[in-house]
Amino acid sequence: MTDALAGSTSSAETAKPNSTLLAHARYVISDNPVTGLAFGLFVLIALTALIGPYVVPHDPLASDTTASLKPPSLKHWFGTDQLGRDIFSRVIVATRLDFIIALASVALVFVMGGFAGIAAGFWGGWTDRLVSRLADTIMAFPLFVLAMGIVAALGNTVTNIVIATAIINFPLYARVARAEANVRRDAGFVQAARLSGNGDLRILLTQILPNIMPIMMVQISLTMGYAILNAAGLSFIGLGVKPPTPEWGIMVAEGAANIISGEWWVALFPGAALMIAVFCFNLLGDGLRDLVDPQRRT
Amino acid sequence: MLATFGKRLVTVIPTLIGVVIVTFLLTRVLPGDPAVYFAGPAATPDSIAEVRKTLGLDRPLAEQFARYVADLARGNFGNSLSTGRPVAAEISSRLPASAELTLAGLVLSLAIAIPLGILAAVKQGSWIDHLCRIVATAGVSLPVFFTGLLLVYVFYFILGWSPAPIGRLDAFATAPPAYTGFYLIDTLAAGDLETFRGALGQLVLPAATLSIFSLAPIARMTRASMLAVLASEFVRTARASGLNSRTIIITYAFRNAMLPVVTTLGMVFSFLLGANVLVEKVFAWPGIGSYAVEALLQSDFAPVQGFVLTMAVLYVALNLLIDVLYGIIDPRVRLDG
Amino acid sequence: MHDNSMKRRDFLKTASAAAVGAVAAPAVWSPARAQDRKETLLIVTENGPNNLDIHGVGTNRPGYEASWNCYDRLVTHEKKTLADGSVSYDRDKFKPELAEDMNVGDMSVTFKLKKNAKFQDGTPVTAKDVKWSYERAVKVGGFPTVQMKAGSLEKPEQFVVVDDHTFRVDLLKKNRLTVPDMAVIVPGVYHSELLKKQATEKDPWALEYTKSNTAGTGAYKVTSWKPGVETVYQRNDAWVGGPLPQIKRVIWRTIPSAGNRRALMERGDADISFDLPAKDFTEMKKDGKLKLISNPIGNGMYSLELNVTKPPFDNVKVRQAVAYAIPYQKIIDAAMFGHARPLFGGPSNDVAGTEWPQPTGYKTDIAKAKELMAAAGAGEIETTISFDLGDGVNSEPMAVLIQESLAQIGIKAAINKVPGANWRSEMAKKSMPMMVNFFSGWLDYPEYFFFWCYAGQNAIFNTPSYVNKDMDALIDGAYAAAATGNTAKYEKDVKGFISKAYHDVPRVPLFQPYLNVATQKNISGYSYWFHRQVDYRSIVKG
Repeated sequence: MTDALAGSTSSAETAKPNSTLLAHARYVISDNPVTGLAFGLFVLIALTALIGPYVVPHDPLASDTTASLKPPSLKHWFGTDQLGRDIFSRVIVATRLDFIIALASVALVFVMGGFAGIAAGFWGGWTDRLVSRLADTIMAFPLFVLAMGIVAALGNTVTNIVIATAIINFPLYARVARAEANVRRDAGFVQAARLSGNGDLRILLTQILPNIMPIMMVQISLTMGYAILNAAGLSFIGLGVKPPTPEWGIMVAEGAANIISGEWWVALFPGAALMIAVFCFNLLGDGLRDLVDPQRRT
Repeated sequence: MLATFGKRLVTVIPTLIGVVIVTFLLTRVLPGDPAVYFAGPAATPDSIAEVRKTLGLDRPLAEQFARYVADLARGNFGNSLSTGRPVAAEISSRLPASAELTLAGLVLSLAIAIPLGILAAVKQGSWIDHLCRIVATAGVSLPVFFTGLLLVYVFYFILGWSPAPIGRLDAFATAPPAYTGFYLIDTLAAGDLETFRGALGQLVLPAATLSIFSLAPIARMTRASMLAVLASEFVRTARASGLNSRTIIITYAFRNAMLPVVTTLGMVFSFLLGANVLVEKVFAWPGIGSYAVEALLQSDFAPVQGFVLTMAVLYVALNLLIDVLYGIIDPRVRLDG
Repeated sequence: MHDNSMKRRDFLKTASAAAVGAVAAPAVWSPARAQDRKETLLIVTENGPNNLDIHGVGTNRPGYEASWNCYDRLVTHEKKTLADGSVSYDRDKFKPELAEDMNVGDMSVTFKLKKNAKFQDGTPVTAKDVKWSYERAVKVGGFPTVQMKAGSLEKPEQFVVVDDHTFRVDLLKKNRLTVPDMAVIVPGVYHSELLKKQATEKDPWALEYTKSNTAGTGAYKVTSWKPGVETVYQRNDAWVGGPLPQIKRVIWRTIPSAGNRRALMERGDADISFDLPAKDFTEMKKDGKLKLISNPIGNGMYSLELNVTKPPFDNVKVRQAVAYAIPYQKIIDAAMFGHARPLFGGPSNDVAGTEWPQPTGYKTDIAKAKELMAAAGAGEIETTISFDLGDGVNSEPMAVLIQESLAQIGIKAAINKVPGANWRSEMAKKSMPMMVNFFSGWLDYPEYFFFWCYAGQNAIFNTPSYVNKDMDALIDGAYAAAATGNTAKYEKDVKGFISKAYHDVPRVPLFQPYLNVATQKNISGYSYWFHRQVDYRSIVKG
């Protein structure tokens, strides 16, 4: 009887999470201008990714060797690179690819790590042991070198960069999801669902997953930034995306060699774009954390 | 205590086994053929086969793995193909360089991030709080190699404040006798102040690069932990009993807030060891990270395996140590809890 | 609270002051160190040696430099001053190094060794050491053995100890490259007694020892070697191979970042930066703060290589179309910053002279390329352009420009960066359809280049896998004619094989690159060598 009672209060609490979450979101954003700023940036980046390729002034791939390494001007707002390509257009067009790399890798790791973690936390036993050991093993690797190894072994394509980024973030997701699912597996609302005849899988998907989404969103936001940084690091050692594809990381890595010789614009603008994106994802993650942090909520 | 420690030790064994297997397989699927690489220019199919045989690469994978594990059991990490040197010796001579750099970065980062975190927590919600957050987040938003190159450009190339980025010591200085492998300690132990200053000067920029990258997690953790402590009963009681806020923050809150920060340090340390790889490349730092990257790009298995294994053992040992320390500092925490 | 923030500010102030103090310190030199600096040469390059012995398994190019400076050959090249004032080795003139005299007979070459020649541990050099060293080179396998073969130096029986100070090489056949091949890095003279002691059953030639120790008579010996970090040499004051070098100590540091190498040079912290990218060369030359020296790399070229064994490049018309579609001038301007010798736009693919490398008759002509594609009946083609990531600074912009241009004639090419270590194995597999590549031969003779890149032996450098009987006949003919001094026949065959190579275009020559080096103004005596490494022996600081 006490169990059932506890269950009913819990499910009442979670029954309408959306309206309270929304109100809370409004509160957090109005309370925290930085999160508001980050949210604004996020919308800007998403928009750029969406329409950027259609509005750029120059073809991002077209070379013009007569205009090689020209500083920013009215014609080329961000200057040109070694092959005379317009850096502004390349930076804008690259937004989509970087956004895709970030999104795809978090989506992948969310599916892999999230579900493995939930299963581990919910069922416990050998599933838990298997997932935890796997996460421990990956964590024990120097993560960047692991990513390097994976990309070097599978070949340097966008897909493989995404896979490598997802794999090195696996432990993070698996652990968070596991801890959250573990706490909730005996919660009243779960027991109630079980009592009303739902199978494990259904409970996982309909009860546990929605409840741990908020905390997972924090991870997602933080890893999106990390995914872009990771791709940039890979580019620096030559394992990034294939030329001539514009991508921020590879543009920064290639432009970095020109800093000393005075062509600062080649690395600076893609670097700034990359920084803004990562910065925005990180701040957003922080904001989301505030959003779901029970301590802030009180 | 010892028993729980033992128990904890047993749980890390599968992790290490996993690392050994994954590394072995990963290095074998690397696309390069070391035999061709080391047969040199002008190789013929015969000479390539010859090299393959001397390298033992013509054996079945299982046999190579068995030999590798047997060697490991004897503490033999194998020889680097490209330099022919024993990997164990190479790693142990390079590890202090990486460790010194990482520790310096960590100390610098703590020195900046903890005050930032405390300030942010004390002034929660104010512009100071937001500024701290923006500064810390900005640091982690740039690729480390880019930060490093920018610092070199500004502080070496333009201003000339920093010495040339050519490794741990100026080319004309002689390395101190290797007591610990940490140049800062060894030079002081040998009483060689000139070299000490030189080594310190070389260390500043790469350590700063690393610390900029690790401000965010430490500052964030400090802030969160301070906030929790500041809201707790005993701080409220202390405030109510009229203690001035500085005493409360420094003596009561800070000390208690440091516990969770210590726990994250383990994670941050391994995060920094990872970031090291690129920083070492930028600053020509003779550490194990640059060693591993070179080896990986040459499909030179043994150093990569040795590096990964060393890092894994370090990581596991560090976490174990932090667990134990934590248990000692805070008796409420039980290792098996 | 106010109090607290004041403290913090003070702390920051003192902390930054301390940091500045520490950083500024290295400028203070102790007198001993300043003196040391005057006699020491600091060289920075991207990579360091992975082995100090060129006979070793997989010794890299920087390793050749260690071998060159620490060992002597029996003979070496004279030097000559070129028109631009730079100094180069003289391909056609030889002078004794460890030998005091060389006597070329009909089917043998006899050397008299310098009587006072000693190894670096003081042991005198005898003809036995020379024989042992030559045998090592031809029996050790891999690159050294193949290189010896290029001079028809193949069998241990060829190397004869006449007496303690007389050594004779018997020729298997007449080959013009025999003497030049004895002046390359490979046939250095090793301390046979010392190495025999270091040898084991598994390692009969003591490669393990020479990998990290030098055992020669050379002007320098390696005193400290940290792979990937630093190599330190000390002068051998008892050297008899030539005039005593001025530099007492050489410190060779590996600085992976090109920007940092340039910064080190511009701020005067390093003496020599070797093998600069064309961009750094042209810009630093314009700045005028440093001495910049540049020599075209002999017998070398960048080319676009097409695999002739597979469609679509098995069709000569498609290859010619590619040759007309390449944006040659754009490549030289943007990839090499104008600093390269064009190998296109010559009067005709039927060449008039034997100089090598020389321009092809191709030039950028998209209309003609389209015509040829139509004539070949080739539709849309999808393929890949590969290049060596280790040479990305040159190859990548070339690949991108070629890719862009080929799209105009219906060839869609993806770009494939191959990490340095895999490059050789990819080359050996001969599976890459199209690649941007560089080759240069040590021995500066056209037939030598063709022997590696076009001959039917299908060596690793014959990346197009071009095998053609007529071509082989011309190459063999040139070799034979050169050996017997039949100039007319030689010229006819050389012109023949160059013209054939240009018509069939398995590889499309792009340009001949330069070897660039920057030194501080107080450094002189740098000389270009066929092996494209630094010879410390002639360098003077002061």
